[in-house]
Amino acid sequence: MSKEFLFAKSHEWVQFLDDTRARIGISDYAQSELGDLVFISLPEEGDEVAVGETFADVESVKAVSNVYSPVTGIVKAINENLLDQPELVNSDAMDAWFIEVENISDRGDLLSEEEYKKLIAE
Amino acid sequence: MELKTPLYDCHVKAEGKIVPFAGYLLPVQYKSGVIAEHMAVRKAAGLFDVSHMGELVIKGKDAFNNIQMLVTNDCSRMKDGQVKYSPMCNEEGGVVDDVLIYRINGEEYLIVVNASNRHKDVEWMKAHLFGEAELLDLSDEMALIALQGPLSAIILGKLTDSDLLPVKYYTFKDNIDLSGINCMISKTGYTGEAGYEICCKNEDAVKLWEMLLDAGSDEGLIPCGLGARDTLRLEAGMPLYGHEMNDLISPIEAGLGFAVKLNKENFIGKKGIIDRGTPTRTRVGIKITGRGIAREDCPVFIGDKEIGKTTSGTHSPFLGYPIAMALVDVDVSSIGTVLEVDVRGRKIAAEIVKLPFYIHE
Repeated sequence: MSKEFLFAKSHEWVQFLDDTRARIGISDYAQSELGDLVFISLPEEGDEVAVGETFADVESVKAVSNVYSPVTGIVKAINENLLDQPELVNSDAMDAWFIEVENISDRGDLLSEEEYKKLIAE
Repeated sequence: MELKTPLYDCHVKAEGKIVPFAGYLLPVQYKSGVIAEHMAVRKAAGLFDVSHMGELVIKGKDAFNNIQMLVTNDCSRMKDGQVKYSPMCNEEGGVVDDVLIYRINGEEYLIVVNASNRHKDVEWMKAHLFGEAELLDLSDEMALIALQGPLSAIILGKLTDSDLLPVKYYTFKDNIDLSGINCMISKTGYTGEAGYEICCKNEDAVKLWEMLLDAGSDEGLIPCGLGARDTLRLEAGMPLYGHEMNDLISPIEAGLGFAVKLNKENFIGKKGIIDRGTPTRTRVGIKITGRGIAREDCPVFIGDKEIGKTTSGTHSPFLGYPIAMALVDVDVSSIGTVLEVDVRGRKIAAEIVKLPFYIHE
């Protein structure tokens, strides 16, 4: 997969596999701000996700944060590896996808990688 | 506006993530992260800036009598150079603060208090002083650095003659020369690990901090932030003011009965504690067996019945699972009790376990 990454202002990334399918994760900036992740809760296959709504929690040693969906669609798959090894997100956030969504009917405002880099540099 | 400790620039330089805490800007972690910092203290050593803690002195002919009235523990058998832990209560038997009392001599005691309570404590103590005794607040002049972990003694031994260091837990030595810096060193800490707390003047703090880090570099000493301080004290089952106790919770409920001496002639809060009768709630340790992390204020259930609330909770880096402390009904507080914790609307399986969660061998 060499498709480009797009970013939500709330620090999630989306990688579209085709027009209606995408993988979602959190940005490298987000993982470094959160610190060591020790627990991730994910939705189940078949669940609906919607733009701007929470679909997962990530917990670092110190705090819990919500992860918001950048798209509206149906959860096709979850990355079960993250349930046992949340630290995978810390070691490679761009590889550690959380969920794969299909039947995507809507997407929020998404930034290119360059635009996102500008945002976090502010 | 938050205050800075004398070590603020050191924290920034070491890439500490700075957060406001108890009125001070302090690092929650450095670049190694909470888990690595936590494990350094368990396996080697870690260095903490705890200069935000308050240092108060009570001195005068009636210093001892004042101390005895102010705190719930009995200081009558303390010798010079000893340290004692004690809650300090209000008239109703709630906890004003929990403090460490250092007996410098019979007419001079140092009291180390929580940063968040310092001003409240000063007011409280001043309002209750009697006889020939005065209270000094040295907090703005003194820095406090905690060196914690099994290799602490080796590291400190590089900076002074080891024979000069305090040997027994909860003792201290004054006027120790650490490579030219005058320090008061106590064998105390808030991590459940062997270690020292080192008090010096503000102007010496940076030099001392750098000297200690340098001395410990071969032993794996790293600077540690508030995050690791909290996970370490939680594993060690140590209460934190504002969580396991406050102005409304009695020290007995908070599991601090060992430091409440009701056979002492009198102290502030004695009547309040007695009037409360047998406590109906108590502090317990909880191991989360399901998936999730319970932090503070999560309701605790047995079936549909709420039996209490968590007071602190985190992922335990050493044990590898989530732990919490909670105040629960005494009737259902025995070890092994199976319960559920409500974490943001989701009930997670848990059980009551013995405190502390971690004991150093």
